[in-house]
Formats: sequence, C-alpha cells, structure tokens
Amino acid sequence: MIRFIAKRAAGLVVVLFCVVSITFFLIHLMPGGPFDRERKLPENIEKQLLAKYKLDGPIFEQYVNYLGDLLHGDLRLSTKYRNRSVNEILAQSLPVSGLLGSIAFCLATVSGVVLGSLAAAKQQTWIDRTAMLAALFAISLPSFVIGPLLVLIFAIDFPVLPVGGWGTLQSLILPSITLAAPYAAYIARLTRSSMLEVLTEDFIRTARAKGLSNVVVIYKHGLRVAILPVVSFLGPLAANLLTGSIIVESIFSIPGAGGFFVNSVLNRDGFLLAGVVIVYCSLLVLFNLLVDIVYGLLDRRISLYD
Amino acid sequence: MTEHRSPWVKLHRNPAVIVSFAILVVAALAAALGPALMPATAGEVTRNSFLPPSAQHWFGTDLNGRDLLYRVMLGAQISLIVGVTGALVSFGVGIVYGLIAGYAGGQTDSIMMRLVDILYAIPRLIFLLVLITALDPLVRKAMAIYGLQTLTGYSKVFILVLCLGMTEWLTMARIVRGQVLSLKSRIFVVASRSIGQSHKNIIFQHLLPNLMGPALVYLTLTVPAVILDESFLSFLGVGVQAPLASWGLLLSDAAQVINPIKGYWWLLLFPVIAMSMTLLALNFLGDGLRDALDPRQRG
Repeated sequence: MIRFIAKRAAGLVVVLFCVVSITFFLIHLMPGGPFDRERKLPENIEKQLLAKYKLDGPIFEQYVNYLGDLLHGDLRLSTKYRNRSVNEILAQSLPVSGLLGSIAFCLATVSGVVLGSLAAAKQQTWIDRTAMLAALFAISLPSFVIGPLLVLIFAIDFPVLPVGGWGTLQSLILPSITLAAPYAAYIARLTRSSMLEVLTEDFIRTARAKGLSNVVVIYKHGLRVAILPVVSFLGPLAANLLTGSIIVESIFSIPGAGGFFVNSVLNRDGFLLAGVVIVYCSLLVLFNLLVDIVYGLLDRRISLYD
Repeated sequence: MTEHRSPWVKLHRNPAVIVSFAILVVAALAAALGPALMPATAGEVTRNSFLPPSAQHWFGTDLNGRDLLYRVMLGAQISLIVGVTGALVSFGVGIVYGLIAGYAGGQTDSIMMRLVDILYAIPRLIFLLVLITALDPLVRKAMAIYGLQTLTGYSKVFILVLCLGMTEWLTMARIVRGQVLSLKSRIFVVASRSIGQSHKNIIFQHLLPNLMGPALVYLTLTVPAVILDESFLSFLGVGVQAPLASWGLLLSDAAQVINPIKGYWWLLLFPVIAMSMTLLALNFLGDGLRDALDPRQRG
C-alpha cells in the first residue's frame, strides 16, 4: 500500500512536469503576444517589458528559467494584471472557488447517489421516472440558462435569496445549486444504470435469499459495487468544481478563479495560465490517486498492487 | 420472461424510444430542410427587432430582426453536426484506447493511463481554447490555399468537431478500461481463456458486448455533452460566429438580453425547447438502447 502510494506520488511529479512543459510550449504556439495592442509599442519599450516579465531570450532558456522559478514556488508576474504576481492572484481567488466548489461537490455526490439508487430500487415506478426526467433536464440545460432562471425565480419573483455577490451564507445557495445540478444529474444516471446491472448479480440474489430487507440489499450490498463508476468520476469532478466555473462566477458575480481559465488564454497571459493549470493539475492527480485507493478498497476483484 | 426477444424487437416495443426517435427525425429534417423551405429573406437583418411570436414570425424575431424560427433551424444544423460527429470521434478513440490498455494490462496499461492522466490534467477548457486559437488561422490559411474560401465560415465548425472529439474521449477510455479490468477477472472470461480461446474471440465475444452497455450510455451522454460544450464556447465568444448559428449561440444571446423588465421570453423559450427536446430524446434513446443491448438483461 505504502509502496503503491509512493509510486503514484512520484508519478504525480512526472505528470505535473509534463503538463507544465506542454502548457509552456502551447502558449508559445498560440498566435499573438501578451503586449500586442492596436498600436504597436515602440521597440525599446517592448524590449523592456519583455525583460521585466522574463519573456526575452531563446525559448529553451526561458523554459529552464521558468522551471527554476517554479521550484522556488514563484509563479511569476501576470502580464495582464500588471504588478500583481500569479501567487497573489490565486491566493485571493482560489479559496472562494474552493468553498463554493466543495459545497457543490457534496451536494452533487450525495443527491446524485441517493436519487440514482432510489430510482434503480423503484425501477419503472413514478419515482424512477420523475427522478430520471429531472436528471435529464438538469443535463440538457446549460448552466447559463439554469443560473438566470434560478435568479429569476428565487431572487426576483420570490425575493428570498440574493441575486449574487459573496460573503453571506445565503449568497452561496443559488450558485452552488447551479454548479452542482448537471453533475448531480450525471451521477444519478450513472448510479442508476450501474445499480440496475449489479442487482442482477448472483451475490444480490444470495443476499435476498438470506431474507435480508430490500434496504440492506440495495444500500449495503448493492451500492458498494454499484458506486464504482461514480467513484471513478469523482476525481475529475472534484478538480473541476474546486477550481471554479467562469459561467457560474460571472452570473452571480463571485470573485473566484474560474474566469482566469478563459481570460488568461484570451489575454495571452502565459504565467497566469500556467499557474491555474498547475493548480488544477495537482488537484486532479491527487484526487485520482484517492479514487484509485478507494476503488481498490471497494472492489476486491481489482488488484492494484501487482 | 421465457421468450428470447432480439434487441431490435425490444427497441420497437419501447414507446419512449419510438417517441424519441420521431423527435430526432423531426429535428434532423428541420435542420436539413427547414432553412431552405423558409423565404430567403428570413435570415436577413431587418429593422423589426424583438417582435413577439405572430402568424408571420412563429417564433418572433431577435435583436437584429431575424426570424427566430429560421435561426433555431439553422442552429439545429450546426449543433447536431458538432454533437454527433464530435461524440463519434470520442467514442471510437475512447473504446479502442481503453480496450487496449485494460486488456494488455501491466506496463502498457500504466503507461497508457498515465498519458490519459497527463491529458486529463490539462483543464479541458484551456486545452480547447488554446487548440481553437492556434488552429483557427492555420485552417483558414489551408482553406484559402485549396480554393475553399466559400467554406471559411465553416472552418470554426470543423475545428470545434476536431477539438471537442479529441478532448472528450478521455472519460470514455477510463470507463472502458475500468470495465475491461473488472470483466477480465470474471469467471466467464477466465474460463474462456483457460479453454484456449483466441484474444480476438475474447475481445469480440465477451468483452465488447459486455462493455457496450456502459459505453453506449456514455455515448448518449457525450452527444448532449458535446452540444453543451459547444454552447459554452459560444457563450464565451469562441464558438460558432454569426451569421451562422448554433443553439448555444442563440441561448447565450438570449441570456444576455433577457431580464424581468424587458420580457423577450421567446428568445430563450424556443431555443431551450429545441435544444432540451433533442437532448432528452437522445438520452431516452440511449436508455432504450441500453435495455435492449445489455446481454445480461436479455431473455
């Protein structure tokens, strides 16, 4: 077990290194530079800017220098938000996205698994049909439609919740529902279809033959195996949710990190882009490691350690 | 049930599948023929902006005075093409990749899955945005060289299919590989290996039929997911560009002008109905397929 984790942790470093390298060279492949404006800058000014942001010199040298700075924990300066370091920008915005994301994560996982297994247990009844129809709607509507609709209903027609903003407990409710809805639906569908398969297995028949109650058969014996596809989905889900969503954050005016994923590409803000990629990547690999461990614990038919 | 029904018969007797299929046929027909059947002026910019639905404009008109019915059918073209082809690309790549990794096991498996991890670890949105901004000028240039200037409007569609397909297959590969790993240690596979069946037989007779269920369910989740992804990209302004339209573009236009004071409800309602009906139908069809194809529920 410890050897397995150590091996994967070493793998994490390799993955991080590869992703940083790919991102670094991808940025240089993109047309346009961070200081391109309508009017071309005078040559000496552009030269000074490039030197200040350490963007001068041959590309391989830039790459090696950047890796050196990374090892010291320096993510460098943002070229768009002048004079602010990427470390500073991320330290301000990530906790916001992280809080919202973890609420949405719990909401999506719990409601998805509960609804999905309930629907499978009551297959072909109105409970199953209603739950799956609701799930389909949540999957079929983009969050930039769900968000404004929720605002329209719960903040304007029945003003019980704030339209947007950040800081109060109430202001967390609508954004976390908007963020969680499609994922909850996804998980519910995944749980249901996998539970239906599991319920045809021999060990379920055995459990029923022993006279165990329906609840114990489904939630204790069935769910343990049926949850496997859901578990493998949780790694990417956590990384996605914790780093924020530009759409939900712009609808509810939340000062999170989601917007940087898009704006840093559009502004050619290379170091900010690399910074968010590094954060996302570390979270993802970490959660995938957790998922693999849980997977092995849940399904003894899979052996991780050979 | 003692009688053995073929999957085809099962599919036929499922009312939800029939209705969904009908909806998809209508959507495809509207996308293919609809814009051509409308008067040629329907797609032009006029001064009649924000007209509510009427006998002349069934779905009303938009900000630029274009007929919304025409725009919705035009949007169906792009959304359906992008969704289906993008999902099929990811389906093919994902199944082949996951099957090889899971079946080979050992060193091959861990190298292949580390590669998936690496690609996974680049946020999809960033990957998409970088790919799109990097490929856009290249594809345009290539089209100009080969004398396809008339098609440059569609270069974005081509890029979207390519990029969405190439970023969506990762989850499919993981799901297929997980299934293969689990199936490989099941008794019926171990048994067929021990009686000396060829790898080809094991893959095509035991593994593929058993993992088709989850893979198809995921495919039906991928088509709407790709359509949704395209709509997010349009919302962010890097997807399909006007005068072309996609459902996502229409919805994001609507989401930007809609507010409780000016109730241009039709701008949101009709694209939402078109898009969600199609996505609902796709999902119902996928569920029907799953029930019909799943070998362990057969008979």
